[in-house]
Amino acid sequence: MGNVLLQYATVLVLTIFVGTEIIAKVPSILHTPLMSGSNAIHGVILVGSILILGAANTNLEMVLGFLAVILGTLNVVGGFVVTDRMLEMFKAKPRAPKPKSDEVAE
Amino acid sequence: MSRETLIDLIYLISATTFLVALKGLGSPKHARRGNMVAASGMLLAVVATFFKYVDGHALHHVWLILLGIFIGAIVAVPVARFVKMTAMPQLVAIFNGVGGGAAALVSITEFVHIKSTHPATYVTLEVLLGVLIGTVSFSGSAIAFAKLQELMTGRPVTYPGQQIINGVVGAGALVLIVTILVNGSTPLLWILLALAFVLGIAFVLPIGGADVPVLISLLNAFTGLAVAASGFTLGSNLLIVAGTLVGASGILLTRLMSAAMGRSLSNVLFSAFGSNITASGATTREDGRSVRSGTPEDIAVLLSYSSRVVIIPGYGLAVAQGQHVLRELAEVLEGKGIEVFYAIHPVAGRMPGHMNVLLAEANVPYEQLKEMDEANSELQTADVALVVGANDTVNPAAMDDKTSPIYGMPIIRADLAENVIFLKRSMRPGFAGIENELLYNPKTLLVFGDAKDTLTKVVATVKAS
Repeated sequence: MGNVLLQYATVLVLTIFVGTEIIAKVPSILHTPLMSGSNAIHGVILVGSILILGAANTNLEMVLGFLAVILGTLNVVGGFVVTDRMLEMFKAKPRAPKPKSDEVAE
Repeated sequence: MSRETLIDLIYLISATTFLVALKGLGSPKHARRGNMVAASGMLLAVVATFFKYVDGHALHHVWLILLGIFIGAIVAVPVARFVKMTAMPQLVAIFNGVGGGAAALVSITEFVHIKSTHPATYVTLEVLLGVLIGTVSFSGSAIAFAKLQELMTGRPVTYPGQQIINGVVGAGALVLIVTILVNGSTPLLWILLALAFVLGIAFVLPIGGADVPVLISLLNAFTGLAVAASGFTLGSNLLIVAGTLVGASGILLTRLMSAAMGRSLSNVLFSAFGSNITASGATTREDGRSVRSGTPEDIAVLLSYSSRVVIIPGYGLAVAQGQHVLRELAEVLEGKGIEVFYAIHPVAGRMPGHMNVLLAEANVPYEQLKEMDEANSELQTADVALVVGANDTVNPAAMDDKTSPIYGMPIIRADLAENVIFLKRSMRPGFAGIENELLYNPKTLLVFGDAKDTLTKVVATVKAS
């Protein structure tokens, strides 16, 4: 048992270092997508939710597990879709000139 | 290769795609593709999970699982797709909250499951931490959502003895954790759940609107840590890696945001900042100095005769929904050969990088968005600093008034520009509730009114001239 725990702790510590290294390079212009994207990534809790509902023996476990699956799906699907929508908007300079005439009275 | 090994291999691939996605966020060019890669990795992991064995048998209740996923997906897609961009901070808050809720539920169910299958087994710390952190993230995000959605006041909510009550609740939760570890009592788990729920609410209530960027990053980190705790409980490296990555990014952002306010994290969380309003909101000060107010036409003239204009947006721009007109104004000015760029304060708005998404929505090319330090070095040679809906982030009191609550906060040096234009709805002070000396500066011109209306008039005048 102790060995397994140590192995998880190893993964944890290495991930902290790798993660910090990568995330520190994200420019401030992309901080909102970073937050939203990492939001989507913690939606991986859906995997955990599926496992606990799949192992449920009692009604109580089933109800709690079912709720967990719903919330986890909301998190993962919503997170990725919102992030995609944000990132879609970031465009580089040579932009297509799209004159919007609806708001200006000349 | 055995089935379990294959599934673990797929999980490893998924974890790698998450890292690829975060690396992709290093530049706007690759960011979107990275997000797609991570989404595919996530799908792969979820599908693989259906083939896993738990407690020595294939998954039970497969149809119930599929039903839950179906319900979650048909709610999440339209919400995420069609909610207005202005509601982005709330949306991020709520998706974060449900993740925390899911992590708490996973930990609770695992506790109940262990108790029903092996009553004699000791409860482990990570299960209880998963419950505590996940629930705090859930109820805290719900309050943050209510504040952002304006279901309740955005100002700090304070009551006598607040810190003491919060401290007692927090200490109570810790005592409960220790007790449950010792005696493994299930009823106490429900009490812990209730306490954690209250703690999340009580902890967010005194945090005001302008401090929400810090809060939201912190809640994000909480959910990540709760997921990592669930990973320990379920023995899943995938959950540990993903949860830790999010925890690390949340903590990093939290620190960056507090630093950008020149305040410590504990000051942001516990000082109920912005609950004392000292500014008078009058147009004439006691020493007789008054503000100089102008018309949209005045701005148009001033801008037309400039060679370099720096636009400083704040939360007010998002409220007025003026970003499209603002971009149009910038384009018209550029058409006249005037150099225009945007100076973005890291904590402007209600979430980290809020102004960047807002302007990106209006098709402002990201090369025109400059970070604070770069913008400050160029403001000295700017003819006009156009402040739209910002206040505290350009307040010179942060540099020279030691008694000011925002003293020490790095600001955008609008005061360095030749002329300063403020678009304001009223003389109401900014979030910090303090007077802004720059408003009374002789080189400052104030134009009252809705930023969108004002900008529309300015664009028309500049075009006509």
